[in-house]
Formats: sequence, structure tokens, C-alpha cells
Amino acid sequence: MKYEAVIGLEVHVQLNTKSKMFTRVAYNYAAPPNSLTNPVIMGLPGTLPVMNKGAIEKTITVGLIFNCEIAKISKWDRKNYFYPDMPKNYQISQYDQPLCMGGEVEIELPGPSRNIMGKHRKVQLTRIHLEEDTGKSTHHTLDSTLDFNRSGTPLIEIVSEPDLYSGEEAFAYLTALRTNLMYIDISDCDMEKGQMRCDVNISVREVGVTELGVKVELKNLNTISGVRNGIEFEIERQIKVLENNEKIVQETRLWNAERGITVSMRSKEQAHDYRYFPDPDLMPVKIKKETIKRLSNQLPEMPFDKQRRFLEDYDLPYTITSVICPDKSLSDFFEATVSLYNKPQPIANLIANDLLRELSSAGTGGPLPLSECKIDPQHIASLARMVDEGVISKQVAQDIFIEIFSTGDVPEKVIEEKGLKQSSNTTELEVVCRDIIDNNPKPAEEFKAGKKNAINALKGQVMKATKGKANPKIIDEILRKLMVE
Amino acid sequence: MTNTSSIDIEYVANLARLDLTENEKKKFSAQLEEVLKYFERINEVDVTDVEPMAHAFPVFNVWDEDRAEEGFTVEEALKNAPAKRDDQIVVPKVVE
Repeated sequence: MKYEAVIGLEVHVQLNTKSKMFTRVAYNYAAPPNSLTNPVIMGLPGTLPVMNKGAIEKTITVGLIFNCEIAKISKWDRKNYFYPDMPKNYQISQYDQPLCMGGEVEIELPGPSRNIMGKHRKVQLTRIHLEEDTGKSTHHTLDSTLDFNRSGTPLIEIVSEPDLYSGEEAFAYLTALRTNLMYIDISDCDMEKGQMRCDVNISVREVGVTELGVKVELKNLNTISGVRNGIEFEIERQIKVLENNEKIVQETRLWNAERGITVSMRSKEQAHDYRYFPDPDLMPVKIKKETIKRLSNQLPEMPFDKQRRFLEDYDLPYTITSVICPDKSLSDFFEATVSLYNKPQPIANLIANDLLRELSSAGTGGPLPLSECKIDPQHIASLARMVDEGVISKQVAQDIFIEIFSTGDVPEKVIEEKGLKQSSNTTELEVVCRDIIDNNPKPAEEFKAGKKNAINALKGQVMKATKGKANPKIIDEILRKLMVE
Repeated sequence: MTNTSSIDIEYVANLARLDLTENEKKKFSAQLEEVLKYFERINEVDVTDVEPMAHAFPVFNVWDEDRAEEGFTVEEALKNAPAKRDDQIVVPKVVE
């Protein structure tokens, strides 16, 4: 029997607002415990929530990039349950009138190889709503401790339709979500910091059957690869259960990344009854057409659209666009450089290879952010121009790159100071070439005997003798001339 | 909520984390039935042409611009906590 998996994702994303969702105390990630609270956050009697307009606009912006229908009127509901990380005993969320409905996310599946673009497809969304995050509990052997810094942080929940069919697709979906959300700068989407969290609903059915199988909820997926691996394990597990003629139990399972398996949580038989009802303390949101228009006008070009344009307009290889385009600041940097010197391909190479390599080795705990490095588009434009004009060789350009990356000097200065200018002085080069031929009789003889690529060994020797400063074209001419004599 | 005999007092008490005596169960059941009866009266009103709304007043967009303000100091935040450790509130071990 053949089986297929059907997967839906609920992705929570913390918005990077300055203040919390329903009160103006600040939020930031690394603050000391319980230093970001106030009477509203601690749920003290008599406090009242006041919406954060910025968080609402950021959520609408997310809806716009994913082609959701934006609600005309949206309201707030209380989701009631008891848990110590939530002092009010209810979470303010949105039940039946979320800010965004429907929508779709374009994803790219892995191609046949790294340098070939994979298939693109649109994953359907159910809704996107806005709510407040809870505090953070840490469980110890004998007790639990609570930090309310995270409590009340604006949190969006992006709910997909059961429209994903493998771990690989879920991985592509999360990658696309993250890239898109970072493009509009509404979140840093760091899964390890809990800024992006993902719950998975997954069921398996026989191919050809239209109803969904029994759904299992998967939690504790803390990295994008964890989501993929957890799903792949769970699909296999469910298929085995069905093949053994057993029944799949509706339950919540936790992904254990160290052991590479999912483990059943003690399942509560009684379903949660959250008794949602409209929050009497909060008036609804009315979204005007002008607001949607203003936010739409601020949208940047989105990553896949940019990639299609880069492929088309700059004729860049797919591999390079797939490195540059997912990062908005890198793409902007590339285009700023091309506007200074219109040679997209060598510039893209310098950025995708040299710049990214130096950024990743300069950073501690992750690559150095582009904004903090000393290289600007002018540096790269000058380097590319000087290689084109024969002032320096490609090899020297790479060496200079490393130098200017650490000093921030203009390349011209380094070339001048270190005497790295490519030599096109034929008289000087002739002396060097003659020397090399005399000292390497074997390749010279071979060349004369008709083995034309023996000349490469000699060229290499000349480059070494001139420390890479010789113009390769001129060396070629001189060597040939000398050996024909 | 149309069926007035639908109060399951055990369930309601459990949701509210209340431990009720038999007498209390009886008393509160009766009282809650009364409340529900009152809603029955509201249900009699014909609202065919009325848009559902979350509030009685047509007031929208009561919001603040996104700006950060000072909140409690850590000491203030923990003042009411019966037990604390490492600037966090200590509670009995919670396992979902």
C-alpha cells in the first residue's frame, strides 16, 4: 500500500516592535529576568490594555506580502486557561475575526543539484492573527521559575492549510517565511531565540483517499532542520503503525533532536476548552483603505521576484542569485555596486565569494553583519574596475580584498603602498621570462616540440617570480615570442 | 446557551479550578440557570438585520504609537511574589 503525508504548520513569529502588544513597556531579547514588566504585564488588578498600532501595521504588512485578505474590522478575544506564565489567566488573541485571512506563500523546493533552480509552488494559508506572547517558565527538579520579560510581546500566528506533503516542503516553507519576513523587517526570526516557533500537524493516509488521517501534533521543533527531520521521522512512524494494522492515536508528540525520534507527551484526554469570548477591555480595529494603500506602497521587492529579475537583468548564475537574493541588505549592496560600475558578474562574484567568506570568518557566533563591515560598494566597484582595466590581476584583487576588509582602506591605496600594480612593462618582463625559460628547459623544449600547454608551467613560474603582478596576456605573448626565436 | 438545563456544574468548576462542596454545587447551579434564563430573554429579540458587534459602542482603533517606556524595576516586579530566586518568581513545579 502507498501512503502520503498531509502537513499543516502553525508558525508563531515575535514582532520586533519597540514596546509590547497591549502596553508600552519595552521589549528586547537579552534583558535580565523580569526587567521588562509593568502593572499590565504582571496582570495587576485595575490595569487596562492599550493596543500597539505599530504591531497591527506590521501584521497587516505580513498579510499584504502573502496576498491575504485584510479584515475591514478585526477584534480581540480572551483565550482562557491557567498557566503560571500568564498572570491574567487568559491570553489576548483573535478568534473569529483575525487581521488577515487566506493568502499564500511561494516556496522553492530543492532542485536536481545545487546550481539548478528547484520547482516553485504556492502554499495556501488559512489565516494570520495577532496575539500576546506568554512569559517564560524554566523547570527545575523541585520547582519552576518565571521570567515575564517575554510576556505581552506581540506575536503573530501564521496558520497554513494542510497543504504541505513532506519534511522537505515544510523546510522550504519555513525558509521562505523567514526570508520574506526578514525582508519587511518585522522580526529577526531566530528560531533558537524563540523569535520564530513552529508547531506541526501531521497525518498520513493511503494515496487516493480524500479524507485526512488521524492528526498528530508535533512540538519542540527548535530549528528549521529540526522541523524537517521531525516530520520525516513522524511520517515513517505513522506509516509503520498503519502497516501493522494498528491505529494512530490523536496526541501531541515532542521531537527529541538528540535521539532523532518523536516521543508522546502525556496526553490529556479532555480537550482544551478555552472559552473564547470578546475582550471587553479592547475596542476592535477598523482598517481603512488608505492604511492598506500606504503600507502596500512601502513594500520592498520580495526575494523571489528579485531573484527572477537578477537572473534576467544581470544574467547571473542561479547559484549566485540564491546566495545574494535571500538577503535584502546584500542584494541592495550588490545593486549599489553595479550602479557605480556596471559589470554585474564579477561584482556578484566578489560579493558572493570574497565578501561573504570574510564576513563569516570575521564574526563571532555567526557572520559579521554587512552593516558593521568596513567594505562599501565603492571598494568593490574599484576592485572590479581595476581587474577589468588590467591594473591588477584577479589573484591580487583577492589579496587586496582581504586587506581592505580588515582596514577599510581604498584599494588604490593598498595597491600603491604594496606596489601591487600589474606589470605591463615588456622590457622588464622579457628579462624575467628569459630567465624562467633558461631555468626550466624541460617545459620550454616540450613547448617547442609542439606540446602547446607546456607554456602554462612557464607562465606559473613567471607569475610566482613577479608575485602575481604580471599581466598574464603580456607574459603569454613574450613567452611565445622568446621560444619561437 | 439556549438550553437552560445545560449547566454542568462539575465541568464549569473544573475549568475555573474551583473545588465546590455539594451544597455549593446545588446553589451555584441554580444561580447559573437563572443567569442563562436571562440570556434566553435576549434571545427572543429579533436581530435578523443587525450586524454582530463585539461592543455596544462604535469606537475603534484605541491605540498608542509604538514607543517604549520605562516599566517596573526588577524589585518592584517581584514585590508581591511569595517566593523568588535569581530575580525570578518561584512556583510549584509545573508540567503541562
